[in-house]
Amino acid sequence: MSVGFLPERKRGLWAAAFQSKSFALGFAVTAIFILAALLSFVWTPYDATALSVAEKLKGPSTVHWFGTDHFGRDIFSMIMVGARTSIAVAFVAVGIGMAAGVPLGLWAAAKQGSLVDEVIMRANDLVFAFPALLIAILITAVFGPSAINAIIAIGIFNIPVFARLARGAALTLWTREYIFAARVAGKGALRISAEHILPNILNLLIVQGTIQFSLGILADAALSYVGLGAQPPTPSWGRMLSDAQTMISLAPHMALFPGAAIVLTVLGLNLMGDGLRDIFDPKLQRSRT
Amino acid sequence: MVPYLLKRLISLLLSLLAASVVIFLVLQVVPGDPASYMLGMNAQPETVEALRQQMGLNEPLVWRYLTWIAGLAHGNFGISYTYKVPIGELIAQRLWVSLPLAIYALLLSTLIALPVGIISAAKRNSASDYGIMGATQLGIAVPNFWFAMLLVLFFSITLRWFSAGGFPGWNAGFFVALKALTLPAIALALPQASILARVMRSSLLDTLSEDYIRTARAKGLTRGQTLVRHAVRNAMIPVLTIIGLQFSFLLAGAIIIENVFYLPGLGRLVFQGITQRDLIVVQSVVMLLVFAVIVITFLVDLAYALVDPRLRSRA
Amino acid sequence: MNRLMKLMTTAAVLLAAGALAPAFAANTAITVGMVLEPPNLDPTSGAAAAIREVTYANIFQGLTRFDANGAIVPDLAKSWDISPDGLTYTFHLATGVKFHDGSPFSADDVKFSLDRARAPDSTNAQKGLFADIASVDVVDPATVKVTLKKPNGSFLFNMAWGDAVILSPKSIATEATNPVGTGPFKFVNWVKGDRVELAKFDGYWGTPAKLDKVTFKFISDPSAAFAAMMAGDVDAFPLFPAVETLEQFKADPRFAVIAGNTEGETLLAMNNGKKPFDNIKVREAVAHAINRKEIIDGAMFGYGTPIGTHFAPHNPDYVDLTAQSNYDPEKSKALLKEAGYPDGFTVSLKLPPPPYARRGGEIIAAQLAKVGIKAQITNVEWAQWLEQVFKGKDYDLTIVSHTEPMDIDIYGRDNYYFNYKSDAFKKIMADLSATTDPAKRSELYKAAQKRIADDYVNAFLFELPKVGVANAKIVGLWKNQPTPSNDMSEVYWKD
Repeated sequence: MSVGFLPERKRGLWAAAFQSKSFALGFAVTAIFILAALLSFVWTPYDATALSVAEKLKGPSTVHWFGTDHFGRDIFSMIMVGARTSIAVAFVAVGIGMAAGVPLGLWAAAKQGSLVDEVIMRANDLVFAFPALLIAILITAVFGPSAINAIIAIGIFNIPVFARLARGAALTLWTREYIFAARVAGKGALRISAEHILPNILNLLIVQGTIQFSLGILADAALSYVGLGAQPPTPSWGRMLSDAQTMISLAPHMALFPGAAIVLTVLGLNLMGDGLRDIFDPKLQRSRT
Repeated sequence: MVPYLLKRLISLLLSLLAASVVIFLVLQVVPGDPASYMLGMNAQPETVEALRQQMGLNEPLVWRYLTWIAGLAHGNFGISYTYKVPIGELIAQRLWVSLPLAIYALLLSTLIALPVGIISAAKRNSASDYGIMGATQLGIAVPNFWFAMLLVLFFSITLRWFSAGGFPGWNAGFFVALKALTLPAIALALPQASILARVMRSSLLDTLSEDYIRTARAKGLTRGQTLVRHAVRNAMIPVLTIIGLQFSFLLAGAIIIENVFYLPGLGRLVFQGITQRDLIVVQSVVMLLVFAVIVITFLVDLAYALVDPRLRSRA
Repeated sequence: MNRLMKLMTTAAVLLAAGALAPAFAANTAITVGMVLEPPNLDPTSGAAAAIREVTYANIFQGLTRFDANGAIVPDLAKSWDISPDGLTYTFHLATGVKFHDGSPFSADDVKFSLDRARAPDSTNAQKGLFADIASVDVVDPATVKVTLKKPNGSFLFNMAWGDAVILSPKSIATEATNPVGTGPFKFVNWVKGDRVELAKFDGYWGTPAKLDKVTFKFISDPSAAFAAMMAGDVDAFPLFPAVETLEQFKADPRFAVIAGNTEGETLLAMNNGKKPFDNIKVREAVAHAINRKEIIDGAMFGYGTPIGTHFAPHNPDYVDLTAQSNYDPEKSKALLKEAGYPDGFTVSLKLPPPPYARRGGEIIAAQLAKVGIKAQITNVEWAQWLEQVFKGKDYDLTIVSHTEPMDIDIYGRDNYYFNYKSDAFKKIMADLSATTDPAKRSELYKAAQKRIADDYVNAFLFELPKVGVANAKIVGLWKNQPTPSNDMSEVYWKD
């Protein structure tokens, strides 16, 4: 997958990236869905929310490429608009996780061994220990189901992921000589974290961000599948699947296409993540996990 | 070792306490009243009030928390609002479904993932390695509830080999019950197996590059012998960690799958508890799941500390 | 010799019977599918329809009961006398009745059950049914006298409800998990989350049941319900959750599709106490914006009878008022303009979990959008619906089916969630409760129906259908649902 990659050639990162086949493939797949999502703002084959009960449960055809659902809505259009919801939810959730998790992790690393460190890390463990889906269900039970609350629920569980990663990576950096030098020069922990540590762990964060992004898509699908994501009539992939479930013997196409959309998006993001990891850290090539 | 153990134990207890407070408080703000839910649309306000009184919902918040915690410490979870039976009994019944399902799924995933991961590592960069890694990428990307739907469509509705859901109970016969758990276990195992295979592969590749493996090879052991005698065994530590984590995940994470297949497991119990506002059940089950994860993590940490004394100094 | 012959013949008969037993056994057991599991099995302290679907007429019996067509017939009370002033009901009880625990049933149990239901600390979900009772007196073990505070034309009807069944004081503490009644079936086992098993009660006082074993199996997932029916895991599914698959069952000679009525008036309820629905013109506009046929086709796959008021169409007193709120989007727009909303407005639409509400809601939102009303959908669980909509009246629009029989009186209740206030309607209700003459009652019911239709209190959608699937060889299942019940007492398999 990434065999042809030779970092010594010192091309631009971008060019190097496309030397990685998995990155290129993943990027292409992801780009298709992002473009579809963007395109849906200005054009879809049909209005994704327009009902036409007479046209319900039609199989794929030249008229409706992916067929219609139980209300006669065009599934292709719904998938395009649904991409928008899924990508937005996952993206913002990762953003929340990074924005809160990275500073926490850096703080903990800077104060390694202190009470702050202990409290942050134990709190992280605690969040990890909660069954994520159940908590997400509880959150929506409290605040009502909506895309926003799905974002918050997923975002919360992203925080410890980034906090842990940031702390772990930062800890190894704190032992480096140039950090020591900076300390001797009188720079404070905050400045060192921001100026020296953060830039050096950015690669790691981007890789993890891509992975979390794909997990976010899956989590959003699961939440909207149980009815806790974006509310109708806004199409969402997970809810399309739960609608499809009762009709699965009657209209399997209702389940196949949204499911395939989820799989492809997640696959694309994961491949991108793998590719990025190879590019940033060639040593890791052998152990892609 | 003892101070380390003590420190970890205190932190464990603090974590559990914190978890119990969080769970209890979150459930207090959940809108909806179990008594109103049970009595429906025609109930008179004083009837609802009488039922609330009977359920003990009118006690002060702190008192209810303390009663709950004191009960937990004695292994007494309280009485379910809706089912009106001891929650411990409910949980025990559900565990007879959830636990076997988790074990079944874990066995499936381990039995598939380990050989596949080993082959992939042994034949690194071969066509089969790429094939396997591609397949595992796909396995990770598939939402398990969607995979479950496809399994139902294919094996239950089209082929009619398996029933589409439900659980007849272990009294119906071991194999009958096992059969009912098969599709759910497969649906749960697929993503887990994919992750595990990748961990197995990378861990094995790491070990294979260690010096002692090279020494072993230099001593004249064949590639296969080295792999089996040294590398695989040493590569198992991270794999076992992941298996441990996956087990607690499977116990709690089967909630959607239990819903798809209509299995009377723990996840379904919580889910129903939330819709019926049987919050006393919800808080106890969630607490139990959190307890399981925290304790498993603690035990894993402990095992590491025993293996690697250096870890004791940080913690 | 003769004796020996007799013995041998007896043995042969017994053996033959033994050999035949499995064949018979297969025909005296039934597995009935239900969507929801009952939270417990005590119908006197919980509103869940599922409790009644398991226990009504099977385990528990009341003084009177509903028959399959909704008529009130004698049950534990063989007959009754009503005093001329309508205040005293003397019930003559059936004799030789035993509870499933073997203890005899008597007038004391009736007094106990009715007094318990109306006690201050009662947790009976329909406590209102007993509100008019002044006292319950035991005359002798087989006679009980109930005195009312004021005449109540619906008293015998009230006593037929699942909430008014007669329990034994001995088993009262464990009723929720181990119900003990007087019915033709006794409770055997409950595998939580999966099934409840009942068996024929040999000591039953009435006509014995034809079935030996009844299993209620809980399958909430529509596709699992479909597969379970197809595979024969379930013999009957009286309230089948996957209406979309009914065509497949109709085409299959192994199955019979049973379509009947429930008592569920399905409404698009409007908050009459809140802008903009406090304006009758706006409510009328909503009524004309709704296309009932599209909703029934799209959400119910064609099952369901359109209604124009809050009354069951199969009731003889029903008035068809659907034409008064016909689908007319132009008229709707004109009315909105008159009401001062030429560009429409935005409101919330809260939808509880049943498919009629969730699916119907999406269709209604689209229909309202066509006349300029933007309805923002929020899906809520029942607990939230009860808290926010029903109790808190914090809603604009919602969809719900009112499944209690003859419940038009809810429009006269103070503080009901519709926020509908009409003295004219309350007057009709007051007259109704003071009237016992059937012809006059019928007139009053009709007047009540017209009153709420003229006030466009809610948009009346359709009568919720009871659509079931069963093995074609099963006889005796209820077609309609006058009250939540799966009465198995007369069900049998034909060969």
